[in-house]
Amino acid sequence: MHEYSITESMLSMALEKANEANASRITRINLVTGELSGVVSECVQFYFEHISKDTIASGAELSFEMKPTRVRCRRCEAVFSPNNHDWSCPDCHEAGIEIVSGRECYMESIEVE
Amino acid sequence: MTVKVITVGEDILGANEEKAKANKSRLDKHEVLTVNMMSSPGAGKTSLIMSTIHRMKEKVRIAVIEGDVASSVDADKVSEQGIPVVQINTAGGCHLDANMVESALNSLPLEDTDLLLIENVGNLICPNAFVLGEDRRVMISSLPEGDDKPLKYPAMFADTDVVLLNKIDLQPHLDFNTDAFKKMVTGLNSDVIIFPVSCKTGEGLEAWFSWLESAVKGKKDR
Repeated sequence: MHEYSITESMLSMALEKANEANASRITRINLVTGELSGVVSECVQFYFEHISKDTIASGAELSFEMKPTRVRCRRCEAVFSPNNHDWSCPDCHEAGIEIVSGRECYMESIEVE
Repeated sequence: MTVKVITVGEDILGANEEKAKANKSRLDKHEVLTVNMMSSPGAGKTSLIMSTIHRMKEKVRIAVIEGDVASSVDADKVSEQGIPVVQINTAGGCHLDANMVESALNSLPLEDTDLLLIENVGNLICPNAFVLGEDRRVMISSLPEGDDKPLKYPAMFADTDVVLLNKIDLQPHLDFNTDAFKKMVTGLNSDVIIFPVSCKTGEGLEAWFSWLESAVKGKKDR
């Protein structure tokens, strides 16, 4: 739901990095987003096309690497993917867990000319 | 032309986080305990803020930032109590960010404030990703929303310091399973404090007030 602000921040970060490298065009932006980050890639794509129009990032391809949710049991330390109805540990049935991945929202790299 | 790969490896919301840090150090300087209050629409954020103001305003100097998509109905209620308040209208935006809070801080008497309550936009997804410069995160969850909310919005419940389970007066009319709810919340978050309350009847609120009062004191005694 917050894709517009995410897209704005992402674009300005990409432009800044490209500018530091004296690039004339950004061809690709590689992003990593987690399942729990609430970022919908189609929305980012849509906003990106709109707001990058008059920049050197116009036409750049956006690549999304989606990280699935993984949690770790606080008792036996097993790492697992929670199922829809139950986040407790499949091995020892402990309810206490911590989220180890799925919340990512970062820019891995950009490709420039 | 040759394509060059530039490694970035930076959080996309890094700029917001920097701004939040600046807000935090400004609030620290004035020893203002800052609480970011988040919930879905209608869970009772404003009712809780009003109850807190009524109960604590003689002892604690309170200021409020109200975040809403539109209107100033909440800010008007706070203002009627003689409490400094800034209304932020996000014009469709689904969360407050550190930049909006920074502007709001410019209009508040921080040197005469002990407690700043920030009412975020009603939403269980986005506000979680945008830190504002707060000391504590408080979530209000209410019985009519159902006991499965921690399963649906795990990140929000994992990051909060306090969950106020509101509208407990409605329990006889609902199938809400409080034990299951608490088990899910503490499963996601071992440090969380859960206060079952009713802003309508006042039940359970004293525990919240004393927690808040000691947090305000803790900020001064740092």
